[in-house]
Amino acid sequence: MFDNKKDRDDPEIGGAGMADIAFLLLIFFLLVTTIDVDTGIGLQLPPAPEENQEPPPIKERNLLNILVNSQGMVLMDEEPTPVNQVKQKVKTFVTNRGEDPELSDSPDKAIVSIKTDRETPYNVYIDMLDEVMGAYAELRNQAAQAQFGRNYGQLEDDSEQQQSIQDMYPKKISIAEPNQ
Amino acid sequence: MGHFEKKSAKSDPTISLTAMPDIIFMLLIFFMVTTVLREVTLQVQVDYTRAENIEKIEQKRLVSYIYVGPEKLQGRKVGNTKIQIDDSIIDDVGAVQQLMYDKLREEPRLIVSLRVHDDTEFGIVTDIQEELRDAGTLRINYSTKQEQ
Repeated sequence: MFDNKKDRDDPEIGGAGMADIAFLLLIFFLLVTTIDVDTGIGLQLPPAPEENQEPPPIKERNLLNILVNSQGMVLMDEEPTPVNQVKQKVKTFVTNRGEDPELSDSPDKAIVSIKTDRETPYNVYIDMLDEVMGAYAELRNQAAQAQFGRNYGQLEDDSEQQQSIQDMYPKKISIAEPNQ
Repeated sequence: MGHFEKKSAKSDPTISLTAMPDIIFMLLIFFMVTTVLREVTLQVQVDYTRAENIEKIEQKRLVSYIYVGPEKLQGRKVGNTKIQIDDSIIDDVGAVQQLMYDKLREEPRLIVSLRVHDDTEFGIVTDIQEELRDAGTLRINYSTKQEQ
């Protein structure tokens, strides 16, 4: 009566579940993988202007006007500039520290003001913006290397070190009101 | 009693695996339900510009896209420059403000990513930016690809 134990299966581990485990792993990786990560140039727009509000007074020397006109020419303070020289000019302007009376007082007061025409080609605008971002990236990297021996990008996000570099070279980029 | 003890000592030590597919199915369904797949059919043509100093946006959930480019027509032809948000073409730029304002209320940390065709005129982007400022969605991103 009790010796039907002979009918039991051999003590093996069932292999059928293996496929399911593989499936689970496959699905997990499918989910956590982000294909097509969005890359680009980040920018903070100025808040919408309030009614009858005067723009805050800014000294002319602290303002670097960049105009990209409808022919795709870049004018920096009314001076035509090839796109590949924008970076150098922005760096000179930001790091002037009061030497040249035409350029900025200090890096934290320097403002880069960007103006475009309606017919400005988008890719020229992006090339110019890329140069401006590049200038700031290089300045921040220099400062981070000098102070902490690391590049700005290697500093921990939202850390005090990162903040101190940001305070040294705040990225003040203003989008000028378009011409009507 | 002796009989019973002998039998249980020799019984198979296998764990029943019949429930395994059920567990995996449950997990699969859980992930399927919690995942938001946002697939957009592009109705405008967008060729990205290239730039060097770009950053990655890791938090994909915060991003909302605005596509700007020439409208795809039948065949390989393209039409006038249009704005596409989600799955529909927006004819009136003024509608951008309301749409983005609604999105901002759902997600206060919204980043608007502008995916603009590379030889678009900048005027339409200026219009969109003005609308975004009015809507209060101030964090934007110009989508570009890494320069080779």
